Amino acid sequence: MIFSYYPGCTLKTKAKELDEYARKSAKVLGITLEELPDWQCCGAVYPLAQDEIATRLSSVRALVSAKDVDRDLVTLCSACHHVIKRVNHDMETNEDIRTKVNNYLELDEDYRGETNVVHYLELLRDVIGFDELRKKVINPLKGKKIGAYYGCLLLRPSKTMEFDNPENPTIMEDFIRAIGGDPVIYPYRNECCGGYIALNKKELTQERCNSIVASAIEKDADMLITACPLCMYNLDINSTEQKLPVYYFTELLAEALGVK
Amino acid sequence: MYTAEREMTENVLRISNVNTRKCMKCGKCSGACPAFDKMDIHPHQFVSMVEKGDIEGLMNSKTLWSCLSCFACVERCPRNVEPAKLIEAVRLSVIRKQGENRLKADDIPVLLDDELPQQAIVSAFRKFSK
Repeated sequence: MIFSYYPGCTLKTKAKELDEYARKSAKVLGITLEELPDWQCCGAVYPLAQDEIATRLSSVRALVSAKDVDRDLVTLCSACHHVIKRVNHDMETNEDIRTKVNNYLELDEDYRGETNVVHYLELLRDVIGFDELRKKVINPLKGKKIGAYYGCLLLRPSKTMEFDNPENPTIMEDFIRAIGGDPVIYPYRNECCGGYIALNKKELTQERCNSIVASAIEKDADMLITACPLCMYNLDINSTEQKLPVYYFTELLAEALGVK
Repeated sequence: MYTAEREMTENVLRISNVNTRKCMKCGKCSGACPAFDKMDIHPHQFVSMVEKGDIEGLMNSKTLWSCLSCFACVERCPRNVEPAKLIEAVRLSVIRKQGENRLKADDIPVLLDDELPQQAIVSAFRKFSK
């Protein structure tokens, strides 16, 4: 099966492991990820303002590029997924934004949100299936107590993201079970790490991350997994009281599949 | 409401596309907000102040620079008011003015460390500069 793939800027620089292990694992699972040609940065935050068109264009270009080859678009970074999925929703449902974007881009055919945006975890759950994934595991992560850190961007707002139950998600725990680990459910798994506020209010990020790590440790987690490079950075660097190792979920996937 | 106040309020409502009248002041947004302690005007108060037209008061608030865009307020609002969109609209009302950028390229080098992802810089620029 072939999918278009949007890696995003950070996966080409600070989060190379997130990308590398995703590609290696996909190969084992019979999935071809074909990187979009000439993709641009998504902007990292979804433009909440209804009157902003320019900040939506890079996402639309990626969506159109996938539509042109008639493929679903796979994302991996939580932020890229959030931005592209929400812009796609705008293109599908918001006539004002759709008209202005199409007028500007002057495409051969108007884009109306036709592309299906799929996060890599959704690919594992909905296309491959966790039961099938389990069969391909050759190196199960036995006895590892793993806390899934969801953060914000994959889950909220759930009406648009349609990723999982925003208050009681299960997709990452199911993933952990499929690769042979023991999922640890802890209260702060869908609480914000502070995100970009690390740049202007470090102490707020530290408070957030200390609460998250303490919450996971209290439930006996040995490690945390995430899909987001900024969550990874904050949980790792900005937890100042207690520490837990933090991994990209794709690294554990590659380990379980024996391709790390 | 004076004309200037009305104009500012209409601008915020246009940018955000939020209907503040849907708010039933249950405070759930503020209860859910992870940056509550860092805000002088809390999310439910923010909605009320937009409704009253006090945009100038909001433009001077710390809240604009504390919101994490985590969408907890959006997710948990039982009336789908989306307070985060109002905070964004007021923040934009500030930084869209000339000389009001809160993050400049020259500020970046001292904030960098070896691990900081590009995503952090891009998102902070999008939130604090135009």
